[in-house]
Amino acid sequence: MEIDPLIFRLSIFILSIFVGYYVVWSVTPSLHTPLMSVTNAISSVIIVGAIIAGLSGNSESVFNISSIFGFLAIALAAINIFGGFLVTQRMLAMYKKKKINK
Amino acid sequence: MISANLSAVFYLVSGVLFILALRGLSSPETSRQGNLFGILGMIIAVTVTFLSIGNFSSGFIFVLIFILVGGSIGAFIAYKIPMTAMPELVAGFHSLVGLAAVFVAISAFLNPEAFNLGQPGNIKLGSLVEMSIGAAVGAITFSGSVIAFLKLQGIMSGSPITFKGQHFINAIILISIIVLTYLLCSTQSSNLFWILLTVSFLIGFLLIIPIGGADMPVVISMLNSYSGWAAAGIGFTLENTALIITGALVGSSGAILSYIMCKGMNRSFFNVILGGFGATEDTSTGSSKEQRPVKSGNADDAAFLMKNASSVIIVPGYGMAVAQAQHALREMVDTLKKNDIKVSYAIHPVAGRMPGHMNVLLAEANVPYDEVFELEEINNDFANADVAFVIGANDVTNPVAKTDPQSPIYGMPVLDVEKCKSVLFVKRSLSPGYAGIDNDLFYKENTLMLFADAKKMTEDITKNL
Repeated sequence: MEIDPLIFRLSIFILSIFVGYYVVWSVTPSLHTPLMSVTNAISSVIIVGAIIAGLSGNSESVFNISSIFGFLAIALAAINIFGGFLVTQRMLAMYKKKKINK
Repeated sequence: MISANLSAVFYLVSGVLFILALRGLSSPETSRQGNLFGILGMIIAVTVTFLSIGNFSSGFIFVLIFILVGGSIGAFIAYKIPMTAMPELVAGFHSLVGLAAVFVAISAFLNPEAFNLGQPGNIKLGSLVEMSIGAAVGAITFSGSVIAFLKLQGIMSGSPITFKGQHFINAIILISIIVLTYLLCSTQSSNLFWILLTVSFLIGFLLIIPIGGADMPVVISMLNSYSGWAAAGIGFTLENTALIITGALVGSSGAILSYIMCKGMNRSFFNVILGGFGATEDTSTGSSKEQRPVKSGNADDAAFLMKNASSVIIVPGYGMAVAQAQHALREMVDTLKKNDIKVSYAIHPVAGRMPGHMNVLLAEANVPYDEVFELEEINNDFANADVAFVIGANDVTNPVAKTDPQSPIYGMPVLDVEKCKSVLFVKRSLSPGYAGIDNDLFYKENTLMLFADAKKMTEDITKNL
């Protein structure tokens, strides 16, 4: 009997929780704010779902009720991706300057 | 168009890059490289999605337009936002992730064929379960984050909003979400889907309103965690490894941060979530003590004390962020250093409104990060320091947490500020802190209260040094 692919995805999920657990404990407390902004940015990888939704229309009509929700989700996720990564970059650059200052 | 197997491999690669992005944050030196890994992972995920759909017709143009529009808004915000507004920004961003998850779920529910999930009214059972979970958690993340945002921004009062039967109503709604999910999956009714979404929005709102301003570090971390679980739920629906890995990472990251924050306050997670802490009931005990004598001084006195010190420890708190005093503080420290005075900074885990809030503000003011210490690292040094300069912190310095078992903050780890030879406490008035209790530190023999705006006082001290 074949194993349901769901079980594979579940395995990935559970193992990733453990990876996340150990990786996040090793994050230095002074970088907890950048950690939040970068997790914010990467969780916006949900944009892949939004893109599939946005492209669900056919060649005659790009817009249907489902693809409109997709497009809205694309815009929201894009705000997060650009905003999240850039603001993280901006914060981390400040931590860099320190060293020069010493 | 690339094969499903190949794209799955690429999604895995982007998931691994996201892990490396978080791994990089273990030290400031590797963190910038980590961020680049994250960006790379995102580029791969998006590109692979385009290639695997292989539809570059007019719809593709619109996708690009929406990415550009959203991206420019995001970039604009990222460059404009002041560092003191970081908690609001993160709360706002969480709400967007939540709403995006909801929109994707709605889209998948209305047009399951596009996602290979079956037909409307006959969606694969497993997918429908995953979709409902993703949508419900996304909706809770959205409305909860909006409330957190409004509270942090000061548009909504930061004090807890409580009413009778609150927990009972919340419990009923949470149970009804589970029942609705079950009914939705057995009937495939679209009405139930909309009801489920509405109820989830409502509970997110109700869960956050009773939680007070200073508990926001826990709330933000918790919502961070929720946004991860929502993404993971959608990841299962779309059978997408990158989303599942990321959702799990973000979910556990937020959960760990909530745990650290709760520990910093010596309170259980449920105690924070049930809310109402620091509501007005506690103030009656404080009023009788208000007659105790307090020594207050001016910038000149403070400058004199610091000039004659050989080591100074600075304890920043949320008040520093409110007064935007971090740059003035750093100038003061520069002057102190010129006089060969050793200066370090002590940061309590829950100082500020989000994890690491104070560290970012000090970093913005060009304070070297190796002068900034966590509570456990520096707490023993107070006994040997000459002056503690408390700027905008209150409850986290209250010795009552160690001495009075009756106190609501008893057992909370606090900075041993009172062990310093002298304490300078910058504060606007003698009003109690967030927990609604009097701070014994104000009345200690060796404490000098500096009643003023944090920024102005710091500037005045610098002039007098």
